[in-house]
Amino acid sequence: MGLGHEVSVISPADDDTPLPDYVVSAGRAVPVPYNGSVARLAFGFLSASRVRRWVKEGAFDVLHVHEPAAPSLSLLACWVAEGPIVATVHTATLRSRVMHASAPALRTALEKVSGWIAVSEAARTTLVEHTGGDAVLIPNGVTVRKYEKATPLPGWPGPGGALGFLGRMDEPRKGLEVLLRAFTTLAADRPGLRLLIAGPGDAENVIDKVPEALRERVILLGQVSEEDKARVYHSVDVFCAPNTGGESFGIVLAEAMAAGAPIAASDLDAFRQVLRGGRAGELFETGDPDALARAAGRLLDDPQRRAELSAAASEAVRIYDWPVVARDVVQVYQTVVPAIGRVGVAR
Amino acid sequence: MLAGETVLIDVILIVALAVLVGVYVSWRAGRLDRLHARVDTARAALDAALLRRSSVALELAACGVLDPATSLLLAGAAHDARAAGEPTELAESDLTRALRAVVGQPDFRALLNRQGNADDLLAELEATARQVFLARKFYNDAVAATRAARRRWLVRLLGLAGGAPLPEFFEIDDSVVTGGGEGRGSDMPHLTG
Repeated sequence: MGLGHEVSVISPADDDTPLPDYVVSAGRAVPVPYNGSVARLAFGFLSASRVRRWVKEGAFDVLHVHEPAAPSLSLLACWVAEGPIVATVHTATLRSRVMHASAPALRTALEKVSGWIAVSEAARTTLVEHTGGDAVLIPNGVTVRKYEKATPLPGWPGPGGALGFLGRMDEPRKGLEVLLRAFTTLAADRPGLRLLIAGPGDAENVIDKVPEALRERVILLGQVSEEDKARVYHSVDVFCAPNTGGESFGIVLAEAMAAGAPIAASDLDAFRQVLRGGRAGELFETGDPDALARAAGRLLDDPQRRAELSAAASEAVRIYDWPVVARDVVQVYQTVVPAIGRVGVAR
Repeated sequence: MLAGETVLIDVILIVALAVLVGVYVSWRAGRLDRLHARVDTARAALDAALLRRSSVALELAACGVLDPATSLLLAGAAHDARAAGEPTELAESDLTRALRAVVGQPDFRALLNRQGNADDLLAELEATARQVFLARKFYNDAVAATRAARRRWLVRLLGLAGGAPLPEFFEIDDSVVTGGGEGRGSDMPHLTG
């Protein structure tokens, strides 16, 4: 929008959720289990007819859909629309049996896409495997400016050091359990060490996994506002991303980098790429609490290394800054737009 | 039951089946048609991008900053690319190599900085290089999808493709930029950093 384009977004939303002007609601999203986590997806007749109307009335130059291979509005939009369509794939793990491009309706919809974007190498590989199509790699963006500067939460990181985690607490693939075990190991010989956890989820379950004596050193913030999120990244000595898989890009990681947090992250392909093979953050063996404890311990003991990583992270995140990313995406639009007319509704 | 009635039911079933098959075949033909249209548009976008790139190359050659030998080399390559009428893989690859050689000169950026509008020119070159990269990727993607669709037995059996020529891939060397490598955000060519 900052580049002078007009944008309209259609998204599932509860009817009473306040929305910005450019967002059109497609009705309520229903949380359903999908792809190993609970996703809020919209489908059904009502959604389909709203999408149809939106596409028809919008007369867009380009239709950009996200994750059209999932049962979503995107798929519906692809299905009803005709004209220049750009699609972005985010997931690294598609369900091959479901996807296998065997469902003709799905294939018809996906065939219409004139340009594919993948947010990571892993997402691209998935796309190539399942549809045989190719994509350009354009990562997700972060608003670096928003995270660059923030005041740490009062009293943080504190003299004894602090580890941080941000993400859904009850989602196994976010790997909080790995971190809790690592923390238990580390906290045994670091009396002042604390752990800051932000993100929605059931707090009871989390705290149960930590030995009783350490519980007061684990601080759960629950869901935090965008503003506080930035402050959380600035409040810790080592930010941990112990994800065990399924992560295609790692937006949380990019945000932490934008905040210049020293990072210890799982050695997932996506993370290794974002962290420049370990130069902008420590990588440890995925799912191994001892490896995380060692990596985080090393960082806690070495302020100079932390400063180096922090600087390297701030530098590495530049390419994920929205203005850079948006320029690339706009160029994709320009490539698919010329000759063909506007997006309309298929007969 | 009367014999006539049975025949009538048979006829109705056959007609219904024929209609269903007809609808299915026409739907498949429609899909193929759409794929061909996608190839055509993608090709038009690719040709436009290549044309734009050669004009920027010509402009760069003519801007007077480059030494005569480099200018001549670049102008020659750009001219060859345009003279071919329809872009050819060979001529476009040659232009890419020429551009890469020019941009890759150690003091290229410093040289351009001395010229007033040189920054604009460089930015434009970068944009066109990216455009070519994207357009070619999307074109080849559309070609691959179309070729795959045309290999299906129903399409071949009924000749659903009609007289449309089998689209060909367009393979050129389009990486104007040297360097890059690991840790890049997007895989679009960036001349700077």
